Amino acid sequence: MATAADGRLLGARSANTSSFSRARSSPSAVLPSPPNPGVKVGPNGATFVSSGIPDLDRILGGGFLLGSLVMVMEDADAPHHLLLLRNFMSQGVVHRQPVLFASPLKDPRAFLGTLPSPVSLSKEHRQRDTLVDHNQQDQEKGLRIAWQYKKYFGDQQSSQIHNRDVKQEFSNDFDLRKALERQHVQYIESMSIQDIPRLTILRDRCSNFLSGLPRSDGGNLSAGRIAIQSLCAPQCGYAEMVCIIVYTEPKDSISGLGLGCLYQVSEINYSLFKCGCCGNVSHFISFACISEEMAAPGRYIVVYEDKDMAKLLTGYQDMLGLLHVHKVAHNNSQVPTVLEASTFSLKLQKRRSLSQLQNMMDDGFPGLFKHTTNSQLTHLQSPKLLVSQECFFMGCNHSMRAMELGTKILRLLFIVSLSTSAA
Amino acid sequence: MNPSPPPPPPRDPDLLEEALGLGRGGSPPWRLAFVEDCVETSGAFVLHHFLKRALSTEGDGTVVFLGLAQPFSHYDRVLRKMGCNLSVQRNKNKLHFIDLLNLEFLDEKGENDREIGFMDLYNRILRSIEAIRSKDNNGGWTTIIIDDLSHLEIAAHGSVKHVLDFLQYCRSLTSEMDCFLVILNHEDIHSSDEALQMLSHLDYISDILIKAETLSTGIAADVHGQMTVVIKDAPGGLIKKLHSFQFKVKENGVEFFYPGSRF
Repeated sequence: MATAADGRLLGARSANTSSFSRARSSPSAVLPSPPNPGVKVGPNGATFVSSGIPDLDRILGGGFLLGSLVMVMEDADAPHHLLLLRNFMSQGVVHRQPVLFASPLKDPRAFLGTLPSPVSLSKEHRQRDTLVDHNQQDQEKGLRIAWQYKKYFGDQQSSQIHNRDVKQEFSNDFDLRKALERQHVQYIESMSIQDIPRLTILRDRCSNFLSGLPRSDGGNLSAGRIAIQSLCAPQCGYAEMVCIIVYTEPKDSISGLGLGCLYQVSEINYSLFKCGCCGNVSHFISFACISEEMAAPGRYIVVYEDKDMAKLLTGYQDMLGLLHVHKVAHNNSQVPTVLEASTFSLKLQKRRSLSQLQNMMDDGFPGLFKHTTNSQLTHLQSPKLLVSQECFFMGCNHSMRAMELGTKILRLLFIVSLSTSAA
Repeated sequence: MNPSPPPPPPRDPDLLEEALGLGRGGSPPWRLAFVEDCVETSGAFVLHHFLKRALSTEGDGTVVFLGLAQPFSHYDRVLRKMGCNLSVQRNKNKLHFIDLLNLEFLDEKGENDREIGFMDLYNRILRSIEAIRSKDNNGGWTTIIIDDLSHLEIAAHGSVKHVLDFLQYCRSLTSEMDCFLVILNHEDIHSSDEALQMLSHLDYISDILIKAETLSTGIAADVHGQMTVVIKDAPGGLIKKLHSFQFKVKENGVEFFYPGSRF
């Protein structure tokens, strides 16, 4: 193509006329700081942030696309959509990414107490590591303390999640049994969306959050996260179309920044959030998945017990629920991402009940979490969240099993991440 | 010895081009094309196809592109893989890109302001076309591509009336300024009666309707969907011809084929 040839000829003179994109940084340049483990670069110039669940990242082909919109539709009966939200926020805290949390609760910070802590390595590893040179440890501590946390830490010993016990990986496993320490949770900005009269207030808050994000320097990409819970909850004062807020946020995008955002839509308000509006948002969103509950006996307020399902699905008893991926992001490419299967099951790795968390939840749904009267955590092995692909569903995209699961209303999970990166 | 290589032979038109009457080059025989897609199957690849064709060197076409759905970098990357450099074309003034972020009337709450905002947008498009016309008179045509209509609806705060008015104005450009209009719309997002009426209206005023939908059997990795092209003999007239085939989207283009004929 002549245009491509022209591009190549002119490439030597000006960067933006070249058909070839320059590598991110020249090899001779000295890396000023260690690469950010929280942001991963994938094909087509796409950058990913982790969802907090390693299996989900794997399924999605790297994680949540930085700058993509994901929406999760809640199911009042199935609680596991909150797990996604919690893992998402905890992952942000572990990676020291600024997090903004908006919730219809009067006091959103109550929910922050339910965030899971990352799984730390076993005791033997910890002992081995402490024998390492202290100087190196101090140096690494210095590097690891990000600027925005420095003012809070001060001279305090580096917190547990930032020391070498927890590897700085892209995606961490989280211990649902153990809550994230208060000192980390306090960095999360939170706001209540219960009494705001207009959605533009939330939008403006997000804009301010965006402008406060640190800019990327050199090749080190930074990211922030916005998590909105129950955007269409009935107790909220606004009744505007959700799509407006979804659309207007990218207006404030700043190039070089990335943003991962997750929000949920309350089921009760489903009627307000009509199919049309839902579809409208679907087109903006890059990734959507449906969270369904499963008729597991003794776990939920069961509509009915599905013995056929128990026969067909392996590990039926271990499943928390189903996750239906409705749409997956593809950035900088026109080729659609086709998953092998669209329905996945959510399981806890170690089949143990979770305690403590139930008391902190606003919606008093029963079921999954065992009530405890005392606040002591039981000595159980840490349950980790697994998302595994059900062989049964393979090849059954748009599976009809989803419909057959009964009277449960399908909830679409859309995760919203705001695009602030300009490739 | 030949100093320059011989020009590549013209490639055969694919099924979509044949259906649209774009087979042998030259200007399209229609004025207004509507592309409809759904959530599962994005129809943006059709717009990329039009964009590439309009900016190719065979024709002297120019494009006014309302790229509201994605940032410019996205289109740049996608088209680059298809062999078209949007940045170069923009510098050469063959491509006028209007970004959503540049629309300033988004915050306006009053209806008057929205009207003014749409008028401004229309004037911008008009000015771009006039600038193109004044520069070269090679006879190349201008294509206005809108991606996509739902963003205009949002800019209008849900007011279908403003969007329709704006579209009527743009449609008038097709006859006055000898342009072609290609609009992308989503068919599964309208639930209110007003919006459904708008859909019917859009179907009515179009010369060509291109529908991209999923296969009835579900999503597949090798066939991404099916495409239906409806050609009318006149806007609002009877259906002249109906084409139906399947497609697979690739990085550097799209493959169109009849069902079962792809090996």
